Amino acid sequence: MVSIALKVNGNAVTGDVDDRMLLVEFLRNDLNLTGTHVGCDTSQCGACVVHVDGEAMKSCSMLAVQADGAEVLTIEGLAVDGKLHPVQAAFQEHHGLQCGFCTPGMIMTSVDMIRRIPDLDDATIRSELEGNICRCTGYQNIVTAVKAASDEMKG
Amino acid sequence: MRYESPTTIKEVVGLLKKERGKAFVLAGGTDLLVGMKLGMIEPDLLVDIKHIPAMRTVKTSKTGFRIGAAVSCAELGEHKAMKKAWPGVVEAANLIGSDQVQGRCTVVGNLCNASPAADSVPALIAAGAKAVIVGADGRRTIAVENIATGPGKTCLKKGEVIEAITLPNQTKTSGDAYLRFTPRTEMDIAVVGVGINLTLEKGLVSKARVVLGAVAPTAITVPEAAEALIGTKVDKKALENLAAACSAACRPIDDKRGSAEYRTRIAGVMAVRAAKIAFKRAGSAA
Ligand SMILES: Cc1cc2nc3c(=O)[nH]c(=O)nc-3n(C[C@H](O)[C@H](O)[C@H](O)COP(=O)(O)OP(=O)(O)OC[C@H]3O[C@@H](n4cnc5c(N)ncnc54)[C@H](O)[C@@H]3O)c2cc1C
Ligand code: FES
Ligand code: FES
Repeated sequence: MVSIALKVNGNAVTGDVDDRMLLVEFLRNDLNLTGTHVGCDTSQCGACVVHVDGEAMKSCSMLAVQADGAEVLTIEGLAVDGKLHPVQAAFQEHHGLQCGFCTPGMIMTSVDMIRRIPDLDDATIRSELEGNICRCTGYQNIVTAVKAASDEMKG
Repeated sequence: MRYESPTTIKEVVGLLKKERGKAFVLAGGTDLLVGMKLGMIEPDLLVDIKHIPAMRTVKTSKTGFRIGAAVSCAELGEHKAMKKAWPGVVEAANLIGSDQVQGRCTVVGNLCNASPAADSVPALIAAGAKAVIVGADGRRTIAVENIATGPGKTCLKKGEVIEAITLPNQTKTSGDAYLRFTPRTEMDIAVVGVGINLTLEKGLVSKARVVLGAVAPTAITVPEAAEALIGTKVDKKALENLAAACSAACRPIDDKRGSAEYRTRIAGVMAVRAAKIAFKRAGSAA
């Protein structure tokens, strides 16, 4: 067991975690932040993507102890005062989801992508989403939503 | 299981040496943590090397580059001098996984995981990369091609850790390239990978290194393929000979991604494409 202290969605949190506990398990089981999903056991699906110190990470490919001292942002922390983040709003507007299982990871990846790349075209969006798998939508509406959000956030 | 995150290499070696059970170095964890989740690896100790400043940087010097073992592939991809000198190595490293994996994974982890299909390994070998290994008895430097001894196996002894990868400077008339073939366009395991590094003299190839991945238990250097290019302008005949030599060197497996026959043929096709890119880079760098 190790004691860790970090910031999650702006709040200081502490925990005593098993050395081999994954960050995603800590978020879901200890903090009850179940918006971050687990869709595979091979770090392939991307349903678990969160931001650690501002960068998109698969929270199943990192130990909870490795997030000691870090700032973590999960899907629950995106909306401010009940107002959806522009990427969340665009997914809603453009039907970027069906069952919604992949959506938290898709959105966290998209927010990171829009931050890093100023001019997103469809091909870039598709290649940037390579680490996020969706079994429902066929991706088309996800790409449309990311493009719309990117255009809107540019102003 | 215990997790440790020391800040010096000396401590890493001490921790690894002292551990009676199974000890593993943890770099990006993109192989190791998956192996643990699947129950294939059950470590007693994980030693995280991401907090060791000396392992976190890419250094340039008169003799070339020194890539710290904990440098992520994403960081490598942002290194301008590396991209200019060794575009093939950087492209290979950047093929590993998706963006979220790139932020964590390392080329040394790719090398030590010893998958026959590891993408960065053929490119590193073609570039003449060396691994600096530290253990209780001190440091030794060995060529990257001698690290993996078979699928999942390396020549590292208990308690040893790779501290860095070194690459020579690329000359003005040299160029490298790495290409892989995968059934899907992204996030897949190579059916064939080819790393090629060429040096030109008066417009003709004077030195060549051709390395294949995913077609044998480890990445393999193919001297006959290099000879097919030496003394040529990488013309049609040279490329045909190159393809034949690459196919002849393959000892691949049959699996759902590709039959042995398919891999053997594709190895030649990919080598031709990679040689053209390397030749162009070698010519335009001058
Ligand atoms: C979704 C996904 C996609 C992937 N796609 C690809 C791909 O396209 N191509 C590809 O080649 N690989 C791919 N991989 C595999 C993996 O990401 C790479 O092999 C990666 O380079 C491993 O690096 P790491 O730093 O994460 O290694 P780790 O998991 O930290 O370590 C891997 C092994 O190397 C050992 N090790 C690490 N560093 C050292 C060191 N300094 N000294 C001694 N031993 C060490 C560890 O103990 C462990 O046994 C993928 C993985 C995932 C999860
Ligand atoms: S749960 Fe993390 S990638 Fe699938
Ligand atoms: S909406 Fe169902 S998995 Fe993507």
